[in-house]
Amino acid sequence: MKLGATWAKAWIRNSAGVMSEHRIELIDLDREIGDGDHGENMDRGFQAVLAKLDAVPAEARPGDVLKMVATTLISTVGGAAGPLYGTAFLKAAISIADETDLDGAALVTLLTAARDGIVLRGKAESGDKTMVDAWTPAVDAAGAAHAAGADDLAILRAAADAAEAGALATEPLVARKGRASYLGERAIGHRDPGAQSSALLLRAAADTAAEA
Amino acid sequence: MKKLVNDPKNVVNEAVAGFGAAHADLVRVSADPIFIVRKDAPVAGKVGIVSGGGSGHEPMHGGFVGPGMLDAAVPGPVFTSPTPDPILAATKAVDGGAGVLHIVKNYTGDVLNFETAADLAAADGVEVRSVLVNDDVAVKDSLYTAGRRGVAGTVLVEKIAGAAADRGDDLESVALVAERVIGQVRSMGVALTPCVVPHAGQPSFTLAEDEIEIGIGIHGEPGRERIKLEPADAIVDRLLGPILDDIPFVAGDKVLLLVNGMGGTPQVELYIVFRRAAEVLAERGIEVTRTLVGNFTTSLEMQGMSITVLKLDDELTTLWDAPVQTAALRWGR
Repeated sequence: MKLGATWAKAWIRNSAGVMSEHRIELIDLDREIGDGDHGENMDRGFQAVLAKLDAVPAEARPGDVLKMVATTLISTVGGAAGPLYGTAFLKAAISIADETDLDGAALVTLLTAARDGIVLRGKAESGDKTMVDAWTPAVDAAGAAHAAGADDLAILRAAADAAEAGALATEPLVARKGRASYLGERAIGHRDPGAQSSALLLRAAADTAAEA
Repeated sequence: MKKLVNDPKNVVNEAVAGFGAAHADLVRVSADPIFIVRKDAPVAGKVGIVSGGGSGHEPMHGGFVGPGMLDAAVPGPVFTSPTPDPILAATKAVDGGAGVLHIVKNYTGDVLNFETAADLAAADGVEVRSVLVNDDVAVKDSLYTAGRRGVAGTVLVEKIAGAAADRGDDLESVALVAERVIGQVRSMGVALTPCVVPHAGQPSFTLAEDEIEIGIGIHGEPGRERIKLEPADAIVDRLLGPILDDIPFVAGDKVLLLVNGMGGTPQVELYIVFRRAAEVLAERGIEVTRTLVGNFTTSLEMQGMSITVLKLDDELTTLWDAPVQTAALRWGR
C-alpha cells in the first residue's frame, strides 16, 4: 500500500479522535507539573483541524494536508504547544512538499523535519523533559528501521514504540524547559504531557497505516 | 466559588468589549481576533509598542494602552498566551512605518507565540524587535529552567519604553531603553490565598488557612517556600532581601518603588507594605525618588502582593515622568 494524501488525512482524523479521547489524561498530566491546559488546547486545535479537513482538495498532496494542520494548530492551540506542533507540521510539510506517495525515506525525512522544527522553536535538548524526548527516539528508531529495510508500516510502528518509551522515560527527569522547570526536583515522577501527546500522535500515524 | 461571569467561555471577549465601551476615548477593540489598540493607531512615524499575554492580570496589559505607553495589547484566554494571529494583527494595526517593539513576559507560551508572530510580521514587511521581561527573582535563572518570569516590573518597562517611542526614538533605541529597564528592575511576590481560573472553577493551588507562598508567580506557580503567616513587616523583609541583593541595589542608588496588589488585597494593606519597604530602603541608604502603589499586575482574585524595585538614572526618571494617558496610568496631560 502507498501512504499518500488519503493516509495523511486519515492520520489527522484519527489524531483528532485520539486527542479528544485522551483530553482528560493530558489535562491531568499537565496539572501535575504545568498549568493544566494541554489536553484542552490540543483537543480544541485538532477539532479545528478536523473541521477543515473535508475542504482539502482531492488533488492535494500529503504536504498540503500537513501544511493546513500546521497553520490551523498555530492559530488555535495557544500556549507553548501551538507554535511547537505548528512548526513541527510546517517543517514536515515543507520537507515532503513534492511527494505524492511517501516511501520509507520520505517518512524518515518527514519525522526528522518535524523534530528539527520543535527543537528550532523550543530550543530544548534531549533529557530536558519535553516533547523532544519522544520525538528524537522516534526519529532514530524510524531511521534504523528504514536502514534495516523495513516497510512503511514497520517504520511508523518503530517510531511510535520509541516515542511511547521516550514519553515514559521523561518521568524520572527534572524539567529544564517550560513551566515545569519552575518546579525543580518536584517535577520528578511526572510524565511530560507534551511527550505524551507526541507519542499519541505517532501511534495514530502507525495505526492509520495499519488500517490502510 | 462565586464569580461575576456569564458563560466562563466568554470571560475574555465580554471583558474586552466592556473595556472598549468604558474607554472609548482612549482605545478601539477588535473582537475577532481579540486585541486592543489606541484610538488613533497607527501613529505615523512612531515606533509601535505591543504587549500581551494571558488574561487575568488586569489592568495589565489593556489598561496600559494609550498615548505615552502601549499602542496595542493582545489578551489571550485566562492565564494562556494568545496565539500568533491576534499578535500579528495587532502588530500590523500599530505599525506607523517605524517598526514595532514586542514587550514579552518570559513564559514559554508567550515567547513562542510572540516569536512566531514576529516571524510572520517580518514576512509581511513589518520590522519587529522583541524584549523579554524577566524581573522575578523568586525563580533561579539558569540553564536548567525556562528562566525568570516576567511579573510587575513589566508595567515599568511598558511605561518607559512607551515614553521613549513617544519622544521619537527609533526602534533600536526604544528596544535599548526597554532592555536597560529590564536589566535594572527586580520583583518578588507573596500569595496569601490562591486564585480561581473561571473555566477551571477550582483553585489552581491550595494554601492552608495559616500558610503563605513566598515567591509566588502571577499564575499561582510555586515560589521559593511555603511558610506560616507572619506580620506584614516580616513578609516585606523576606521579599525585599532577595530583590536588593540581586543586582545588587546599593547605598546611593535612586529607585522607583512599586508595591503591586495581586487583585484581592485591600489598598490599606498595600500601604502597610509600602511603609515597611520604604523604611528598609532608607536604612540601606537607597533613595526612593518615584513611587507607585496599587493593583497593576494582578492574578485574578488572589490575595497577595509583589514588590518591585527599579534603579533609576536621569533618563529613566524623565521617561517615567513623561505624560501618559491610559485607563490605568494617567498623568501629565
